[in-house]
Amino acid sequence: MSIYVNGSESEIAPGTTVAALLDALDAPARGVAVAVDAEVIPRGEWETFAVPDDSRVEVLIAVQGG
Amino acid sequence: MIVDTMRIAGHEFSSRLILGTGGFPRLETLADAINESQTEMVTVALRRIDPAARGSLVDVLDAAGVRVLPNTAGCYTARDAVLTAKLAREAFATEWVKLEVIGDERTLLPDAVELVAAAEELVDEGFIVLPYTTDDPVLARRLEDVGCAAIMPLGSPIGSGMGINNSYNIRLIREQTALPVILDAGVGTASDAALALELGCDGVLCASAISRAEDPVAMARAIRLAVEAGWLARNAGRIPHRTHAQASTQEDGVAEFVHPSDPARAIGSGGDGLG
Repeated sequence: MSIYVNGSESEIAPGTTVAALLDALDAPARGVAVAVDAEVIPRGEWETFAVPDDSRVEVLIAVQGG
Repeated sequence: MIVDTMRIAGHEFSSRLILGTGGFPRLETLADAINESQTEMVTVALRRIDPAARGSLVDVLDAAGVRVLPNTAGCYTARDAVLTAKLAREAFATEWVKLEVIGDERTLLPDAVELVAAAEELVDEGFIVLPYTTDDPVLARRLEDVGCAAIMPLGSPIGSGMGINNSYNIRLIREQTALPVILDAGVGTASDAALALELGCDGVLCASAISRAEDPVAMARAIRLAVEAGWLARNAGRIPHRTHAQASTQEDGVAEFVHPSDPARAIGSGGDGLG
């Protein structure tokens, strides 16, 4: 199935969790937040939350700013 | 030396300088500037993960032992700002947020209507909201009414280095609120920061003036000292502005010199005196 991660289309297996997606992106352990279809996915749900088909995923990390 | 602490939402800060981390060319420079500034709180932002990015900002801030204040930079609507604040709460495990809702790309001035709406919603959600706002005293009152923890008026647009364009408004905001007032944006150099404190601000949030200076670490020290100087001066009770001079040396007992060539000598000395 197909999703968009940070604006880029990506093919994933059904049932792929947020945690698996973060692994694939080599995301750091801290300073990371995830939104799926403009809803926050709390860290505690990353291992269980399966990314739905055609969803828009934003994976954000801490950067210098402000 | 700092006179006393800055209190925001019940939290005591011995430094009145909040450092924005944006614009530092290298993380090492940021770390040195944090150290030199003696700040206890720095802003951070959230952006899409970049696989090519190197170094960990979070590690640098951890090592510095500073508190993190996430911002909502880049948001143009209350809806996006609220979502970004919630994501920041997840990413940084803090309820504190520097709320930015921008209304104009060229000036990056805040959108007052969206700002108040976002502030209200975030306060309801339990956030400690520090809003970046225009220097409008009425808007400041609205932000206080919805429960913000501080007022952060701009001195001038972000990164402009123009200093404080309307010191009268900053004074009015100071006079009307018991909340901490932190000058946010516009500082270009040390004297701007000192002026903010002299006008009655409790602190200064400064990014570009330090991070984009030729020598960011030296500027961090300069602005740290300026903030301290401004605070001390504010509390020392400055003299009033006067239209004309007021002599600083007493006028009584001033000598009256009579020179040999003065016509007054002939009259005043009585003519046939000792000479």
